[in-house]
Amino acid sequence: MARVLGTRLLRLVATLFAVTFLSFLMTALLPGDPAVAVLGVEGVQNEELLLEVREELGLNDPIPVRYVNWLGRAVTGDLGESYINRGVPVAQTIQERIPVTAQLAVMAIIIALVLAIPLGVLGAYKESRWPDTASSAFAQIALSVPNFITGIFLIWLFSVTLRWLPASNWNRLGNGVVDNLKTSIMPATALAMTQMAIFSRLVRSDMIATLQENFVLAAKAKGLTDRFILLRHALRPSSLSLMTILGINFGALLGGTVVIETLFAIPGLGFRLINAISQRDIMVIQGITVFIAVVYVVINTVVDLLYAAVDPRIRRS
Amino acid sequence: MASNDLLTVQHLSTTFETPAGSVKAVDDVSLSLKAGSTMGLVGESGSGKTVLSRSIMRLITAGGATTTGSVLYRGEELLTKSSKEMQALWGAEMAMVFQDPMTSLNPVVRIGRQMIEHVQHHLGLSKADAVDAAVSLLRSAQIPEAEARLQAYPHELSGGMRQRVCIAIALACGPNMLFADEPTTALDVTVQHQILNLLAEQQRERNMTMILVTHDLGVVAGRTDEIAVMYAGRIVEKAPTDTLFASMRHPYTEALLRAIPKIDDPKQTKLSAIIGRPPDLINPPSGCAFSPRCPYVQPKCREEAPTLTPGESAGHEFACWNPVGSPEAEQAWQQNLEGGLLQTLAAAGKATATEEGATPVPVAANEAAQ
Repeated sequence: MARVLGTRLLRLVATLFAVTFLSFLMTALLPGDPAVAVLGVEGVQNEELLLEVREELGLNDPIPVRYVNWLGRAVTGDLGESYINRGVPVAQTIQERIPVTAQLAVMAIIIALVLAIPLGVLGAYKESRWPDTASSAFAQIALSVPNFITGIFLIWLFSVTLRWLPASNWNRLGNGVVDNLKTSIMPATALAMTQMAIFSRLVRSDMIATLQENFVLAAKAKGLTDRFILLRHALRPSSLSLMTILGINFGALLGGTVVIETLFAIPGLGFRLINAISQRDIMVIQGITVFIAVVYVVINTVVDLLYAAVDPRIRRS
Repeated sequence: MASNDLLTVQHLSTTFETPAGSVKAVDDVSLSLKAGSTMGLVGESGSGKTVLSRSIMRLITAGGATTTGSVLYRGEELLTKSSKEMQALWGAEMAMVFQDPMTSLNPVVRIGRQMIEHVQHHLGLSKADAVDAAVSLLRSAQIPEAEARLQAYPHELSGGMRQRVCIAIALACGPNMLFADEPTTALDVTVQHQILNLLAEQQRERNMTMILVTHDLGVVAGRTDEIAVMYAGRIVEKAPTDTLFASMRHPYTEALLRAIPKIDDPKQTKLSAIIGRPPDLINPPSGCAFSPRCPYVQPKCREEAPTLTPGESAGHEFACWNPVGSPEAEQAWQQNLEGGLLQTLAAAGKATATEEGATPVPVAANEAAQ
């Protein structure tokens, strides 16, 4: 186990190098001069000031040197400062915003799982009969409707028509769970629908395969109820692909909640990232990208380790 | 139906609807078992023995399967029971040991839970009591370090150990009827004996009624009271074990027995295989299903299927027009031998069932050979 963890850790570090370097390279290669972005119109007219700012930001150094400098600071937690909001550390921005986005992503995943597992199990259990057809149709619809449409529908239903929930804004968790839920439940549900569709399809197809297994027949021959067999015998071996996709999609959600954050005016990470891109605020883009990438890699490592928890046969290798 | 019969099966047929057509995997089978007796169900792969035992237990899960006839267990009809009523019987009253212990245990669930879950469910035992019961069961199944095994996952045990666990699971609720479906086929030879002995021992101790399904006549020889030989979904011969080995009447039974190598055979004796393959059950041959492979085959065999009829000794039944040992069979054999019929030559040891010979022999080719 220690050796497994060791190799995993090494791989994690190597991946992080690649990810940080590539994202650094991409932002460095973006067209346009960050110094101009910093100074605005004033800078374009003042060549001297422009040179000064370039020197100050280290933009005159070759890219590898800039990367090493950045990395040296990044490992100590210093991701630099925003070019636009001078003096605001990128790390602080992330720290402020990640709880919002992470909460949305976690809630979306939980809502998706809560709906998807029963739907997938039901679909597999009643394969090709009406409950399967119905749940498949539901998943198909949920998959093909973009999440902002779901969001708009939810706003129309719960904010405009029923007037139960506020249409926008965000209450931090610290301000009370109920108040927070009032603002988080709709965006999280909108994000969850696509995930739910994907998850339920995965559970269904893996479950159909598992139900063909001999041990399921053997469990039936023991007189166990169908429900017990489905949930206590068949579900766990049917959840490996679900876990893989769960890890990937959670990472994707962290960076992909932009549209929903914009729709519900939520001060999340994605919202900030889009802002930074339009302002050419390279340090912020860089910082957020790397942060998301790191979370992504860490989550997928955790998922890999979780396989062993789900399937004891993997523990040996 | 005798009153002391635990199980009475009458005219049981199971048909699978497949895209290629309907397959009659079990065709009009009748049998009965006295409480505490053991029946060996013997036949090649595809002869329907597994489907028969699963049909009796109502464990056919494939879609498009229909079972007709009657299965009386303790005088109660099983085929009309609801699945809830069957769930109460499964595991508790009738249990099954499956062929492959590698796949019939859940790989992600500890042995302990797999041993106690149905005990808790059926007998309402507390977890602690169920665990105690599991430990003593594992001990009686000769598994060393029983307590520690409860924490193990199936992949941590050898094949033989796993089958012992499966047997312990099947016996856990004290069933009266046990189906052992080729319990040793997936195991190596030295382990096979131990497992069979364990089953026989438990059957005697508990006075269980048992159906032992196998393709190996040798397996059932010393361990059963009665043997039913299946071919193409039908029982072709049924007799008390001693009677069957002393005076088998069906050519298929004879061929099965001939296929067992004997220890006192000379060194270079070629293994006798039954020529051809079990018939295609979607388009079964007309007449007797064994006729394309039978060394005693006569024109009548290809026209009309014989039914199971009683022989001279008690409890002996067989379905054959030219039963082994009869003057008709003698005559048919000579005639076929002279005609150079491949399967007769092979059976007489004059042609070997080579790779070529073992491929299906079309009826037309047989006709030409005659």
